[in-house]
Amino acid sequence: MTLFGYRLPGMSSLILWGLLWEFVGQSGMTFFVPPLSEVLSTLFEVVQTAAFQKALYETTYAFLAGVFFAIAIGIPVGILMGKNRLLDELLLPWVNVFLSAPLTALVPVLMVLFGFGMKAIIITTTLFGIWIIILNSRAGVKQINRSLVEMAHSFGASPLDAFFKIYFWAALPEILGGVRIGIIRAVKGVIIGQLLISIVGFGALFELYSANFLMAHFWAVLIVLFALAFTISEFLAYLERRVSYYAAKR
Amino acid sequence: MAMSQIDPVVIDNAESAVSTRNISKNYGDVEALRDLSLEFPRGQLTSLLGPSGCGKTTLLKIIAGLLEPTSGEVEVNGKTVTGPGPDRAFVFQDFALLPWASVIRNVAFGLEMRGMGKSEREDIAAKYIKEVGLGGFEHSYPHELSGGMRQRVGLARALSVDAEVLLMDEPFSAVDEQTRRKFQEDLLALVQNENKTFIFVTHSIEEAVYVSDQIALLLPRPSRVHEIIRPSNFRSKGVDNIRRDPEYLDIVDEIWASLRTYVE
Repeated sequence: MTLFGYRLPGMSSLILWGLLWEFVGQSGMTFFVPPLSEVLSTLFEVVQTAAFQKALYETTYAFLAGVFFAIAIGIPVGILMGKNRLLDELLLPWVNVFLSAPLTALVPVLMVLFGFGMKAIIITTTLFGIWIIILNSRAGVKQINRSLVEMAHSFGASPLDAFFKIYFWAALPEILGGVRIGIIRAVKGVIIGQLLISIVGFGALFELYSANFLMAHFWAVLIVLFALAFTISEFLAYLERRVSYYAAKR
Repeated sequence: MAMSQIDPVVIDNAESAVSTRNISKNYGDVEALRDLSLEFPRGQLTSLLGPSGCGKTTLLKIIAGLLEPTSGEVEVNGKTVTGPGPDRAFVFQDFALLPWASVIRNVAFGLEMRGMGKSEREDIAAKYIKEVGLGGFEHSYPHELSGGMRQRVGLARALSVDAEVLLMDEPFSAVDEQTRRKFQEDLLALVQNENKTFIFVTHSIEEAVYVSDQIALLLPRPSRVHEIIRPSNFRSKGVDNIRRDPEYLDIVDEIWASLRTYVE
């Protein structure tokens, strides 16, 4: 975008919003919003503390494990649903129910089933992310060009070959789209898990800071979390663009 | 020139590479093909010509083993077809290229499915890419090529598996007129040079008469073979003279007279 003939660098609107934040913080309108400068300096203190690093480790571990299961289970299940009518009829209603269900309400049930530890948090994370991954992988396979399938068949592709060399690649643009949304949902899942199941990781930090009205700390951790989620999402959007050249021509 | 029966002398001379015996195909109550028997002489190009809905693509897919006939059987070199096999290769109307794979990977796909090693199959693929005139485009992607070039990739893929029978489903219908003419000339050369049997589906009368050694005219409702036509004279006169040969023009007219009533 250009303003008064000057080209503005990307994301320069952030500067404006940052200034507004600083202004509101300095004016002392509400204790809830400390000045951005204070939040940032707290951020640099906080990231060096052992408590933060432990929280980061615990959250990353639960998040990665949860996302791993969501992807490793979600993609094959979605592809198989797209290929197999019977499986589709069996599973689709459940996928749709869970996709739109308020999963937070399920978390207490998960606690009863899987205890109060890391296992329940990982399962919560997986449950938040997996449904959209399944649904998108399925949609990707559904729109595959019939003649690609016939082509593979006529050149003697085995079912395994067809799965890995045709279906997976044909569905890849949709799969990556699903994975990106699934991962954003999994970020919610891991934090909700940590807040509701056992107070560990970033959930514990949020709990600690807000209970003690340490708003600068609270915002600092939140910024870190937003930045992480945003980075992951942008990285996946980049991967999506890498394959988009063939998305329209399958 | 047109005969309503297969000329027995011709059949004796050229042994059949593919035969279909009493093929019927029903989709529910709809009869796509009824009791269809045809012989495809070895080393020649036979086209299946007819109005849309006459089941010509269905018949081709049954020969390919992609569809199962409701009754009847297909024999390729005396062996009954039960599914796709290495003795047949298919060229698709919409090219059916893998959009995420380079030209060379696409061409080598059939060989890859046969478990051939990477360097060996890419050597073979490179050879056929040159042969269809796409040398230098080995590492391009399908979306970077024109429609005609994409079909050349499809053709190279079918040639590289070295099948005896080449099945072509309206291969030139998605390319422009000028490219199509070039393709037709190249196809004549291909039939000459490769000792393969070609089965060619088309809805273009001129195209069928131009490229075929034998034309099977199919009519719909119920689908059946109406006529087998074997152009004889003009093929030896050179590609430039075919389109103004009297026999060529007569056959085109005759076919149109047969088809006219079936075209809405």
